[in-house]
Amino acid sequence: MDLNTLWFILITVLFVGFFFLEGFDYGVGILLPFLGRNDTERRVIINTIGPVWDGNEVWMITAGGASFAAFPAFYATLFSGFYLALVLLLLALIVRGVAFEFRSKIDSPRWRGRWDWIIFVGSLVPALLWGVAICNLLHGVPIDADMTYVGSFFTLLNPYALAGGLAAVALFTLHGAVFLALKTDGDLRHRARAIAAKLWLPATGLVFLLALLTALMTDVLARLGYDPGVVPATAVLALLFVRYFIKKEREGWAFILTGVSVAFTTITIFMGLFPRLIVSSLDPAWSLTIHNASSSPYTLKVMTIVALTLVPFVLAYQAWSYWVFRKRLTVESHLEY
Amino acid sequence: MDALLLARWQFAITTVYHFFFVPLTLGLSVLIAIMETKYVRSGDETYRKMTRFWGKLFLINFALGVVTGIVQEFQFGMNWSEYSRFMGDIFGAPLAIEALLAFYIESTFLGVWIFGWDRLSPKVHATVAWLVAIGANLSALWILVANSFMQKPTGYVLRHGRAEMADFWALLGNGHVWVQWPHVFTASIATAAFFVAGISAYHLMRRSPEIEVFRRSFRWAVVYGLIGTAAVILVGHTQAQYMTRIQPMKMAAAEALWNTEDPAAMSIFTIGNEHERKDVFAIRIPGLLSFLAHNRFSGAVEGINNLQDDYVQRYGPGDYVPPVAISYWTFRIMVGAGFLMLALLLLSLRAVMKEKTLDSPRLLKYMLWAIALPYLANTTGWIFTEIARQPWIVFGLLKTKDAVSPNVSAAEVGFSLVAFTLVYGILMAVDIYLLKHFATAGVPEQAPTAAPAEAG
Ligand code: HDD
Ligand code: HEM
Ligand code: HEM
Repeated sequence: MDLNTLWFILITVLFVGFFFLEGFDYGVGILLPFLGRNDTERRVIINTIGPVWDGNEVWMITAGGASFAAFPAFYATLFSGFYLALVLLLLALIVRGVAFEFRSKIDSPRWRGRWDWIIFVGSLVPALLWGVAICNLLHGVPIDADMTYVGSFFTLLNPYALAGGLAAVALFTLHGAVFLALKTDGDLRHRARAIAAKLWLPATGLVFLLALLTALMTDVLARLGYDPGVVPATAVLALLFVRYFIKKEREGWAFILTGVSVAFTTITIFMGLFPRLIVSSLDPAWSLTIHNASSSPYTLKVMTIVALTLVPFVLAYQAWSYWVFRKRLTVESHLEY
Repeated sequence: MDALLLARWQFAITTVYHFFFVPLTLGLSVLIAIMETKYVRSGDETYRKMTRFWGKLFLINFALGVVTGIVQEFQFGMNWSEYSRFMGDIFGAPLAIEALLAFYIESTFLGVWIFGWDRLSPKVHATVAWLVAIGANLSALWILVANSFMQKPTGYVLRHGRAEMADFWALLGNGHVWVQWPHVFTASIATAAFFVAGISAYHLMRRSPEIEVFRRSFRWAVVYGLIGTAAVILVGHTQAQYMTRIQPMKMAAAEALWNTEDPAAMSIFTIGNEHERKDVFAIRIPGLLSFLAHNRFSGAVEGINNLQDDYVQRYGPGDYVPPVAISYWTFRIMVGAGFLMLALLLLSLRAVMKEKTLDSPRLLKYMLWAIALPYLANTTGWIFTEIARQPWIVFGLLKTKDAVSPNVSAAEVGFSLVAFTLVYGILMAVDIYLLKHFATAGVPEQAPTAAPAEAG
């Protein structure tokens, strides 16, 4: 395996980590105004992700940074091409991040209510936009011979990508609901589970729809054949079992399975892409690939050493942080945010 | 306005804004880690209260540092795609390392620190505070590695129409890093010290309850402030010498020195005519600029006109003169702020040593207002560093005008510029409101349920 391929895999891993982890904290943010009946409950909800959301967000930042380091042309084309979408994404992430910190600082219902809606919008918009963006990579966007995006903002809003965006929102919200059921106790836990049970059908339906549209509207079937293998199958099958575990009140298993579905859906899309990074809808020869968009072999080598040394540590101390906060929260718990 | 100009405004506004929060994070994280260590070592409640009080303000500031940082990370691709293509092979690496090595540490352990008071033993909790401080300062180091390449390219080859990395260690060993990072680090310590000293001064003036917390904080801050400020000035001097060697045009612009002089005089106050490149009115001290550049009172310092001719020969026709007035005044404001800070700290030190702080309301008031000084110096320092490098984005290799994204229209940049500026403006107001609210509220009477943990 050459280093270009290795870096494609590493970036896939970073996106999987990002969607798995931020997936549930976007979901929690989306559910906040609906699930929390009073201020204390809403604080409990925010505190379930309080210690970890920023660490989760760094997965996104690292995915961006690693793309820059390993495939600079990909970074340049994607970020300048999807300009307005990224502006919206950034604005959403800005207000969301400060909302967690600021919300509970002032004891006024109006102040807090306003930040609650900001958290909702700030979680919904990134979930939608990332779904749209990733699906567009595979769907194909107008890229010319100079690797420059020549479409507009509305080019990105094609039916396939929109289906991807909705699937992401639904799946992340389900993932978040299951996470809340896992991390809280008492009444809140019951209601989180009930919402998860309700969300299950639309989420599963949308993921199925996305799978179907992927077969119809992209070139994966032509490239991978009718039997794409265990990865997409796992993505979809895992979801089927989620409902069973929700009903059985086995939140841990349900959470693992929604996570598996998030991860394997992401992997499926990247497998469909490989060895391309962005498909050009104008001419397949103009697609960005792991070869024409990559850094020099020397930089890839340096970055490989760095990444393979550091990532195990990151995984270890992030796992530790989840372990420190393994206890379920209730309205009686001491809350920071 | 064209897209280039708008993109430059957007970069300048968002980056200056990001750096408004960064130095306090860098410096205060260290001070808080020291306070908490003191608490764990001595069991003295005052230290715990100090840690909690300053910790709260730290977090409010930190939140804005994080969210504005994300914009920075994406902006190179969004607005400067040609820069990213040309530089990505070199520039992406430190950015990715910053994320992998520093941001993960910083953000993960900060979460543990905030929420871990009653879940970790005091020792582990204090260690976590140190990890946050180390993570933050490592992140500064790596981003400055990236920035230093733009000031002084090293360890690269030009190949395939772009700059490619030839030697990773040369990037890290770039001399510019090792003057820039110490300057930023010590500036950050000074920033945090002035922040702590100023707010403590407010409470000392008011004779707030828990006065011991603020008396001790003030004492500490004066000492750390003195160390930081003295160091930032000394390092700044070294940095100026280094700069004179690698970017002589920057020094010439900083001094509005039109023609090469030997020995060179240092300008105290110049009103110049930028178009005709000459002084209208100037007060200069003979020989001092030579001293700044060479540590002796003679020796040539090159002037703008001479350098312009040089650069045309070396890089082809073009205008290589940065905006002189901005360079000149930003440099003076930074240096002026530095010496004013030093003077105020020396006065405070005298009051502290004589145990007279409480009887010096005037000094306390000055110290409260002096919080603004390091902020002023930090901002003007960066504006100087970046503007006086123009027209280059990467010195000698790539010009700013060739770096902008060709496919992002002026309308799009205009939209994002307005949107970011608006949101940033609102958040700044909220942030200052909250900081003021919690800074003036003082130490809560009843400490929040921070029972030292059950675990060993
Ligand atoms: C000298 C220090 C310094 C400088 C010049 C910059 N930053 Fe910064 N940055 C920090 C020092 C820092 C920090 C102290 O580490 C921050 C501030 C608050 C924080 O959480 O970390 C941070 C936060 C921060 C974050 C959020 C990290 C998180 O989620 O925890 C990102 C993505 C960036 N920065 C990226 C950048 C980029 C791309 C810059 C170049 C233009 C930049 N920063 C300039
Ligand atoms: C955080 C402190 C920093 C501040 C306050 C700052 C500020 C500025 C300012 C005022 C400009 C000039 C704008 C102009 O003349 O057009 C500029 C340009 C630039 N700086 Fe920095 N800068 C900082 C750090 C960095 C770092 C760390 C990097 C890269 C690693 C960087 C990359 C650039 C780039 C790419 C430009 C060119 C774009 C432009 O001209 O606007 N800057 N910066
Ligand atoms: C009083 C003596 C000082 C001197 C002689 C000095 C010198 C310098 C020089 C020469 C630069 C530009 C470096 C370059 O572009 O290559 C610089 C930048 C800077 N200065 Fe200062 N400085 C002083 C005080 C301060 C103070 C008090 C602060 C803040 C508390 C500060 C903060 C900065 C910052 C943030 C930068 C931009 C980052 C960098 O390039 O290092 N400086 N300073």
